[in-house]
Amino acid sequence: MSESLGRRGFLYGALGVGAGAALTACTSNAPAQSAAPGANVGAAAGDNAAPGKAVTIGFSAPAADHGWIAAIANNAAAQAKQYSDVTFEPVNPTNDIAQQIAAVQTLITKKVSALVILPNDGSQLTALGRQAMDAGIPVINLDRIFDSPLAYRTWIGGDNYGMGVSAGTYIGERLKAAGVANPVIGEIAGIDNLPLTQQRSQGFKEALSRFGYSVGPRQAADFTVAGGQRVTANVLQAAPKLDALWNHDDDQGLGVLAAITQANRSEFFMVGGAGSANAMREIQKDTSVLKATVTYSPTMASSAIALARLVAQNKGMGDLVEHEVPSSITLRSATITKDNVAEYLPLGFES
Amino acid sequence: MAEPATLKNGAAHRRSGFGDLLDSSAGRNLGLVAVLLILGIVGVATADTFLTTSNLLTILTSASIIGVITVGVTFVIIGGGIDLSVGKVMALASVWATTVATQSYGPFVMILCALAVGAGAGLVNGLLIAYGRIVPFIVTLAALITAQGLAEQISGRRSQIVTDQTITAIATTRVLGVPLLVFIFAAVVAIGWVVLNRTTFGRRTFAIGGNPEAARLAGLNVKRHTAALYALSGLCCGIAAIMIAALTNTGSSTHGTLYELDAIAAVIIGGTLLSGGRGTLIGSILGVLVFTVITNLFVLNNLATEVQNIAKGVIIVVAVLIQARARRSSA
Repeated sequence: MSESLGRRGFLYGALGVGAGAALTACTSNAPAQSAAPGANVGAAAGDNAAPGKAVTIGFSAPAADHGWIAAIANNAAAQAKQYSDVTFEPVNPTNDIAQQIAAVQTLITKKVSALVILPNDGSQLTALGRQAMDAGIPVINLDRIFDSPLAYRTWIGGDNYGMGVSAGTYIGERLKAAGVANPVIGEIAGIDNLPLTQQRSQGFKEALSRFGYSVGPRQAADFTVAGGQRVTANVLQAAPKLDALWNHDDDQGLGVLAAITQANRSEFFMVGGAGSANAMREIQKDTSVLKATVTYSPTMASSAIALARLVAQNKGMGDLVEHEVPSSITLRSATITKDNVAEYLPLGFES
Repeated sequence: MAEPATLKNGAAHRRSGFGDLLDSSAGRNLGLVAVLLILGIVGVATADTFLTTSNLLTILTSASIIGVITVGVTFVIIGGGIDLSVGKVMALASVWATTVATQSYGPFVMILCALAVGAGAGLVNGLLIAYGRIVPFIVTLAALITAQGLAEQISGRRSQIVTDQTITAIATTRVLGVPLLVFIFAAVVAIGWVVLNRTTFGRRTFAIGGNPEAARLAGLNVKRHTAALYALSGLCCGIAAIMIAALTNTGSSTHGTLYELDAIAAVIIGGTLLSGGRGTLIGSILGVLVFTVITNLFVLNNLATEVQNIAKGVIIVVAVLIQARARRSSA
């Protein structure tokens, strides 16, 4: 009895070890991700290209659970590498507010020359921004804005309202040109209780009203692929006939497209958001309902690093007359269609 | 204490045990069926596309993944434990099965990989709980966090696109007009029901959940059985992982967030006691369907997100009340 048990135990053990070894072999993502997914950097222009005073730039952003945020971190790191006079000091990315505060405080203590912060929540980290500014460290506030202008030297971010307007304008123009009366326009939003989602929806609604159209079925996914799939599958049931669909985010768009394929629907066209490389490739192939996307590009992180360097070195922006970097820069949302996708593809971020 | 109501009339065990079990489970589930009917009536009244085949199939497809997970969780809870890690173990399995390396070996290996990862994670949970004698809540909570971290590590926090056509076909294929995913769901439920209600494995699960000490004294190997229950739950997560990879075309560490709450809520609404020893699989599945129909109704009626959350909470409480009343009247 114990002899057979011993043999059985040995067999199970061997099986376990074998399975474990086989499984470990299956974790590699080598070919697809060997290159840091196309980080987007820009070269400094004119006088600003010349190396100046050596500066350290601290960087804090949320943890990437989303291709867009991952691209932010990658772009920032890559841009910093472009400069010989910049030392890049990133802290551990985290989605926890308290941890982000603690991490940035270590940078303040280190007395970095400039800080680039994408806060998990602008309101909750405003005090931290003020602390850094009061300590003499210029803060470049990226994307999610602090509550008080005293908390940052320069804000740079995308135009959420403008994204909605771009999407609404594209859909409105296309439907008008096709002469559709009373079109059914769907909207798949991201996380509904974020201000950025509300701004995007508002821009969308107001742009459509210029054409006399209004939004039909509108539901919120949660920026995840599975959420996009689930919500879209149900929305397609709610609307047996759709004329157009705007999906706020290309990452959740993977799920949205999957749901559309599974439901075998193609009577409408779809517009994406944020400008992921996957979406741009789909637009280029032109075999699905995805016909356009409106950008909210994570290249803003590269620009933020460039600005941080200029501010720390007391330089201005080349083409502008003033000697100081502006306090607020809103990046435009571009509409990408098949006609210009080739130009924007290098700027797309991998999901 | 474990209770097929054989003690009620003191009659001999086997036949009336069967009959009573059937009766009482039907009684418990009648409440949920009533809730579903009410939801159905609301659906027909408020949305003209509710009763279409296409919509009903969408509901079933939406329910299929969480449903498969709920089967595993039902076993664990009846056995007296709890499994908080199911959502993220599914995510981990989906990520592991969709790495470039695994996909290069073809669909069969992808499926095996997902099942192995799921069952393996479940087995680790089970061994720690049964032999390490650590509280299930803590072990599975730790497993949840670890699985998520591991999934993020392997995937680099990116969505891994499924390029294998066979796997994506799982979500698009229809047999006799019904999606393949629904068939997989039905098969898992059927097998689960048979195992729970018609095999000694199932009987032992009830016994161990009801009174582990008595079960041990009766000669059951409680530790080994407990470990097996968690491995079973993990296996269900592995199956769900392939299903979600097919449905969303991706493996991602973001899959399965808070699925354990939905699964546990469905199990409890379905009449299974959180303390173990009593429960039905059909009840859990009805619970899953209640949630899925509610979500579908909300979208068909284009309700705003805030309204949806409040309404869902209210409906859950009402469902449990109706269900408890039905149970009382049938006991």
